[in-house]
Amino acid sequence: MGTAVEKDNMFSDSDEVLIGLEIHVQLTKLKTKLFCGCATDYRGKEPNTYVCPICLGLPGTLPVVNKKAIDFAIMVGLALECEIPLKTFFYRKNYYYPDMPKNYQISQYNKAGGVPIGLGGHVTIEINKQKKTINLTRIQLEEDPGRLTYLGSITSSDYTLVDYNRAGITLLEIVTEPDLRSPREARLFLQKLRSIIEHLGVADGSLEGSMRCDANISIRGGNRVEVKNISSFKAVQKALQFELIRQRRQKADGVKTVMETRHWDDEKGITISLRTKEEEHDYRYFPEPDLVPIEITPDWIEKIRSQMPELPDARRERFIRDYQIPPYDAGVLTSSKALADFFENCIKLYNHPKIISNWIMSDLLRHLNDLNIEINESTVTPEQFVNMLKYIDTGTISRRSAKKVLWDMIREGKPPEQIIQEDGHQRIGDENVIRQFVDEIFKEYPQAVQDAIKDDKAINFLSGQVMRKTRGTADPKITYQLIKEKIDLLRKKAN
Amino acid sequence: MASFYELTAYELHSMLQNGDITAEELIYSLFDRIQKTETKIKAYITLLKENAINQARLLDKKLRNSNFFGILAGIPIAIKDNICTKNIRTTCSSKMLDNYVPPYNATVIERILAEGGIIIGKTNMDEFAMGTTTESSYYQITHNPWSLEHVPGGSSGGSAAAVAADETILALGSDTGGSIRCPASFCNMTGIKVSYGSISRYGLISYACSLEQIGPLTKDVRDCALLLNVLVGRDPYDSTTLNRPKIDFLATLDEDIKGLRIGIPKEFMGTGTAEAVSKAVWNAVHLLESFGVTYDEISIPLIDYAVPCYYIIAMSEASSNLARYDGIRYGYRVEKDEGEWNEIFAEDRLAFGPEVRRRIMLGTYALSAGYYDMYYLKALKVRTLLRNQFEAQFKSYDIILGPTMPTTPFKIGEMISDPLAMYRTDIDTVAANVTGLPAISIPCGFSDGLPIGLQLIGNSLQEELLLRVAYKFQQETDYHKKKPPIGG
Amino acid sequence: MHITKDQVEHIAWLARIKLTEEEKENYTKLFNDILDYFRKIDEVDTSNIDYTFHGVDIKNVFRDDTIRPSLPKEDIFKNVPKRKDNFVKAPRMV
Ligand SMILES: [Mg+2]
Ligand SMILES: [Zn+2]
Repeated sequence: MGTAVEKDNMFSDSDEVLIGLEIHVQLTKLKTKLFCGCATDYRGKEPNTYVCPICLGLPGTLPVVNKKAIDFAIMVGLALECEIPLKTFFYRKNYYYPDMPKNYQISQYNKAGGVPIGLGGHVTIEINKQKKTINLTRIQLEEDPGRLTYLGSITSSDYTLVDYNRAGITLLEIVTEPDLRSPREARLFLQKLRSIIEHLGVADGSLEGSMRCDANISIRGGNRVEVKNISSFKAVQKALQFELIRQRRQKADGVKTVMETRHWDDEKGITISLRTKEEEHDYRYFPEPDLVPIEITPDWIEKIRSQMPELPDARRERFIRDYQIPPYDAGVLTSSKALADFFENCIKLYNHPKIISNWIMSDLLRHLNDLNIEINESTVTPEQFVNMLKYIDTGTISRRSAKKVLWDMIREGKPPEQIIQEDGHQRIGDENVIRQFVDEIFKEYPQAVQDAIKDDKAINFLSGQVMRKTRGTADPKITYQLIKEKIDLLRKKAN
Repeated sequence: MASFYELTAYELHSMLQNGDITAEELIYSLFDRIQKTETKIKAYITLLKENAINQARLLDKKLRNSNFFGILAGIPIAIKDNICTKNIRTTCSSKMLDNYVPPYNATVIERILAEGGIIIGKTNMDEFAMGTTTESSYYQITHNPWSLEHVPGGSSGGSAAAVAADETILALGSDTGGSIRCPASFCNMTGIKVSYGSISRYGLISYACSLEQIGPLTKDVRDCALLLNVLVGRDPYDSTTLNRPKIDFLATLDEDIKGLRIGIPKEFMGTGTAEAVSKAVWNAVHLLESFGVTYDEISIPLIDYAVPCYYIIAMSEASSNLARYDGIRYGYRVEKDEGEWNEIFAEDRLAFGPEVRRRIMLGTYALSAGYYDMYYLKALKVRTLLRNQFEAQFKSYDIILGPTMPTTPFKIGEMISDPLAMYRTDIDTVAANVTGLPAISIPCGFSDGLPIGLQLIGNSLQEELLLRVAYKFQQETDYHKKKPPIGG
Repeated sequence: MHITKDQVEHIAWLARIKLTEEEKENYTKLFNDILDYFRKIDEVDTSNIDYTFHGVDIKNVFRDDTIRPSLPKEDIFKNVPKRKDNFVKAPRMV
């Protein structure tokens, strides 16, 4: 997703778009849930096995706060430059849903005496080579509900199946101001946010459903629509684009957009209206009486600050400085922690940062993007990637073959050695073999030969034909050399 | 000699230790008694005879073969049915939880079992602890052993009646607005609500979490101290428990109380207080005076606002605490399968009785948009002021004294149709819950054969002092030794 | 009067409590009496007074991020009224 340069050109700038996001990030690097000791690695496990009386909300159970969740939230708050309050509280948000074991969510609140763990803050993104600041409203800790499965779709299902394994997982809710102006900005923002969070080591955003997002979107003068159920970053741009087109069409048709909550159907790629009576929201927030206030001392904050790892912006600067790569490339490379780590791991094995960077930027990312996967979802390891580059250096394969080898590495998950052997990418370095091809080409293109005798520049055409015939495996230096020698000989004869 | 079941835990403890009686004999003695009286009293929802006998046998073996001798070794104890017991049905006296079997023990249960206590049954209560009479139980009305036409008080009515009728040696109750002290008063028992945070609430099915505490209902102050030795202490499963240093409440019972100062707020002796009650309370004060205690009549004006303040907070918390009963993970679920979530949800909740539904609705209202400031937040400010007023008095007085209940027990049916009148009878008990202060109720007299309770409220964490004064009082009186006329 | 029959209906909806017509009438009267009584606290001057949110005046109570065993399998569905395979069965949502 790194080099996604989709254009929003289908959307004119004539109407101002206002997008605000509410992102729920699971702090997946915690070993246990927010309020109980159940393990968090529930993915792929049997439903309803990672549950205890507390996260099932059984009568009589009480929550106890996971200290590390507070540490992590403070760290994220510092990284996003939020104001960390001296005192913070948990509140109950009362609403009913079968995935919520207690029919209230222990969350935080910024009204009625409530103070969330981070206030304000911002994230800087780069859009069209310019920096833009996206302001945050707040960040807060809360518990994840369970997971609902519908038979068919939410609207057609006769009943709902609930798995509470996810219930009680620590969520950090991050709320932005309506500062985003396009679906693409929303995506870039989320990419940046994810990179920050992954650099902090508090979450792995590649885990399925670990970063989910609700979006508020409106066009100037129109009503605000809330889009829920966007369960991956990949879907955000699609969902927002769909919703924007829908609202623009309504505007063009003179229809007033209804203020409502819509549900993103990822399979169909549409948003659908979900009008339920529950929309008369009255969450009846009040302080959680089963928990006590949290006092965050300056010492505590400083301790967390001292443990903070390098953030993407700093890493980008370091890449520019230490590896002498262009700022744009450094920005792309640090847009994902996995990618930046891949880059630096390659450098450790092969100290040619610029070559590595070029190959990542021009080829690797394009292929990943085509397949719509991320670097850590592909099987390509830094070792394999670097080995491929080394085969170019040793003359085993040509640059041109290497491009094909890389494509097969990503697509077929094979190491470069295997591909080279199986597909005959091995470079032809034997002069006698190449000479045979050169002779053939001279016969096939007599006019080009005449041109080359007059002007060296035409030699390139001939060598290109040799490369084509050998599917790029002929050593280009030797090929050029042999053609030049032959042309020189013909010139002598002509004279 | 008295029958085994008539003795106190303290007395039985040494008998068991000396081998004068086995745990099994004690259990049999008790269940014989239960068989004779329980049909009249109806204190229990669940009796665990077989369980108890097995446990007693195991314990007897253990006592013979090791030097284990827990504080409660072999002592039978009845548990209010809102305290979770692993693999033992726990109903809260509600149709909602009729077949609910917790897969875990409340922390207090773990502590009791670790000291060798034997759980003999789960006791009747007001549904979800919401009541002052134990009449709102889905199962049965518990009768006051002192007069079967009268209520035992509530909400821990089953526990108090069971102790009073000698159907158990010890009992646990819970006190959200007086639910231990009221039935203690009505059944002539000793009951204490400790300082908030002293006893773990883990496993106590919440009614109003910021107000309630589990506590003992016992035959006398010494047993109360004994049971507190087991119950009090920090619990890592309850964030609101205090890290109190380990106290032996029995050790200081005998200490002198001379020179203590008592304040008697006139608000506790208001017009609603029955003459017989105030007379008994004043007699108690004069007796205490004879032990070298001084007293003053004082005023804590905000006591007059404690009841509405209490009910607003309690109902607000309850509306949220009881939201989880939707029939999905446990509890009552309508048969039919079709229907939308909100509809089915609302139908499942018809399993709540009328008082529970009323409190959920009023609490929902008090927290809802537009009314939150007026009710809930306002009540939290009144709470602060009430606490301040008590704190101010504790600068001059060691103990605040008054009646536990303004009257002797109500007749069965007398209060059921008038909830507001019933709420008002909590006037003397709720202040201790709103402020989190410890309060004990002990017997101090009778009127027409019905018991009267004396309430002592202490400063925060002053249970030791309360117990000492109450113990001295019981040394010099025999109200607590009287047995109800139920025969058997 | 603090509360109308319509409001009682709304609260009943918010609390997911089903009421009969008769109950709606009765509750309207009863709730007004009770709320009258509750509003007695209006008489107390609480200006510049802090809220007491919690039952106890302590702070920063935490647990370590250490795994504790989840429920044994046989206990998980013991109380679940309706179940399908390893899922808990709930009514449809819309
Ligand atoms: Mg949220
Ligand atoms: Zn759990």
